[in-house]
Amino acid sequence: MNKTVNQKAWFLVLPVLILVAFSAVIPLMTVVNYSVQDTFGRNEFFWAGLEWFSDMLDSDRMWDALGRQLIFSGVILAIEIPLGIFVALNMPKNGFWASFCLVLMSLPLLIPWNVVGTIWQIFGRVDIGLLGYTLDKLGITYNYTQDITAAWITVVVMDVWHWTSLVALLAYAGLQSIPDAYYQAAKIDQASRWAVFRYIELPKMAGVLMIAILLRFMDSFMIYTEPFVVTGGGPGNATTFLSIDLVKMAIGQFDLGPAAAFSLMYFLVILLISWVFYTVMVNLDKRDGV
Amino acid sequence: MAKITLDNLAHSYLPNPGHEDDFALKELNHDWIDGEAYALLGASGCGKSTLLNIISGLLQPSQGRILFNDRDVTHAPTAERNIAQVFQFPVVYDTMTVRDNLAFPLRNRGADASYVAERVQQIAQMIGMEDELNRKARGLTADAKQKISLGRGMVREDVNALLFDEPLTVIDPHMKWELRTQLKSLHHEFGHTMIYVTHDQTEALTFADKVVVMYDGRVVQIGTPQELFERPAHTFVGYFIGSPGMNLFDAQISGNAAQVAGTSINLNKTYAPKGGKTQLGVRPEFIRLNCEGLGLPAKVTRVEDVGRHKIIRLDVAGQPVSAIAEEGATVPSENTAISFDPAGINVYDDDWRISAEGEAA
Repeated sequence: MNKTVNQKAWFLVLPVLILVAFSAVIPLMTVVNYSVQDTFGRNEFFWAGLEWFSDMLDSDRMWDALGRQLIFSGVILAIEIPLGIFVALNMPKNGFWASFCLVLMSLPLLIPWNVVGTIWQIFGRVDIGLLGYTLDKLGITYNYTQDITAAWITVVVMDVWHWTSLVALLAYAGLQSIPDAYYQAAKIDQASRWAVFRYIELPKMAGVLMIAILLRFMDSFMIYTEPFVVTGGGPGNATTFLSIDLVKMAIGQFDLGPAAAFSLMYFLVILLISWVFYTVMVNLDKRDGV
Repeated sequence: MAKITLDNLAHSYLPNPGHEDDFALKELNHDWIDGEAYALLGASGCGKSTLLNIISGLLQPSQGRILFNDRDVTHAPTAERNIAQVFQFPVVYDTMTVRDNLAFPLRNRGADASYVAERVQQIAQMIGMEDELNRKARGLTADAKQKISLGRGMVREDVNALLFDEPLTVIDPHMKWELRTQLKSLHHEFGHTMIYVTHDQTEALTFADKVVVMYDGRVVQIGTPQELFERPAHTFVGYFIGSPGMNLFDAQISGNAAQVAGTSINLNKTYAPKGGKTQLGVRPEFIRLNCEGLGLPAKVTRVEDVGRHKIIRLDVAGQPVSAIAEEGATVPSENTAISFDPAGINVYDDDWRISAEGEAA
């Protein structure tokens, strides 16, 4: 078949190109611009080359924030993924209670980040919050503004509360797609509950679980609002994750050059990890097929 | 291996069934004799799969009992019944290799590793997948997957019964013959009780020693393929088995003669109808075309040549009738008459066959 050559077709791509340029490319280039220049105010800029980048790579501050960030993402993934699967396995399969559970599960997902932060900030207060007050009365020392462990637990539990639903809903969708015959065959083959999970449910959920992991990783790696509202990155720098640190640097201290260099590296790291996830995901589907 | 007894069995999917129509499976008493191959034949939704799932224990019946070798297993779980079942759509464990798939039911029961290896090899040879034992089951074609499902059903030697729920639906036609033949030879070799659900009469008639025909939640006839052909116990059996199905004529019957559309037909036997709607059932094979005009007036509407014989579609008093003529027989152009071979006439009263006087029921 002969293809018609019509270069005018490029114009069809133009609207998207313009839209993406204004929404992503141009702002990103501004950041690139800041990252290679220095300024002393009055809108005067001096060429700084890769100085900010090497400065940032040498600073303990960024490495510490990155370390905290990785621990945080690791911990919440390690909790949310198994917990989400567990919840999905125990949800009713159909009927009124299935719909009821679905609505109940989606509620945390509908609450704005800022509000989630505020809810937990108040919830955990020893003087007026239900959680903080109860723990205090039980004789447990709990003060997330001063105690590092308490602050971490609060931030992690808050994230688990907010996002486990997402994992559960995705896993539930994966489970719902399994035909009944599989469970019946497993019964006839006398498979144990574990074998049913391992050989039927888990393989059927693998696709959606990879998406869940990718989404939760990216989202938690960029987390800002919730911990900022609850702990403000403290006590000290204990819960200062990458985004919080970045905002402190860019807006708090107005160090635009280092902050821009930081941003770009941050962006590249997320891009890299997401790419790794994506490749693994695609290959997972292909590998067994051949 | 076991004899399976269904005692007063019935099932309804409704919580409080009242009327008979509420039952997906109407009351049923039957013995499945140990070591026989049965086919459960019927149209979709007639209760075949319901019955099968009750036997395998995936479904609890609303009433009645199931006995395996006279032991009540009505409420026993599937595992305890020691049954193998193959489903309509292939069920394979995607992440396992073909070998592990076949070995799965044996390993779950704690079988010896050397026995498992040997048995898996046998089954693989039978389903023709020896070369693919070490690859993952994911990505295989639907019929390869179904062969694995069949293999997994047959891997255990000590099962009480093997149940098949339309297992060859997704398989290519040429493969169907092969697998069916293998199932049959397997049956001869090991003598398992087999129950094979299908809506395909060819499959049922070639596979089974006895065919159980179901219609609207009821077993209407149990018999050998020949019995089903010659003596359909219910008009549904006549219509469902045979290609084309049996012709039915409304008739008034008195003694050994029947009146069909104003023509008298000799039945050779004496019948005593019970007073319901009486009909004559005649298979197309037993209808003769008489060019001389003797018998029931008929009009030829269409002739279908199917190779080894011709199917002649006729119009008899406004009702469509099929007849089968030899290849090469001359077919009258339009107006003709038909007569029936008395040996091929069955008499029905309200859809159920009645036997002639002196004939064993």
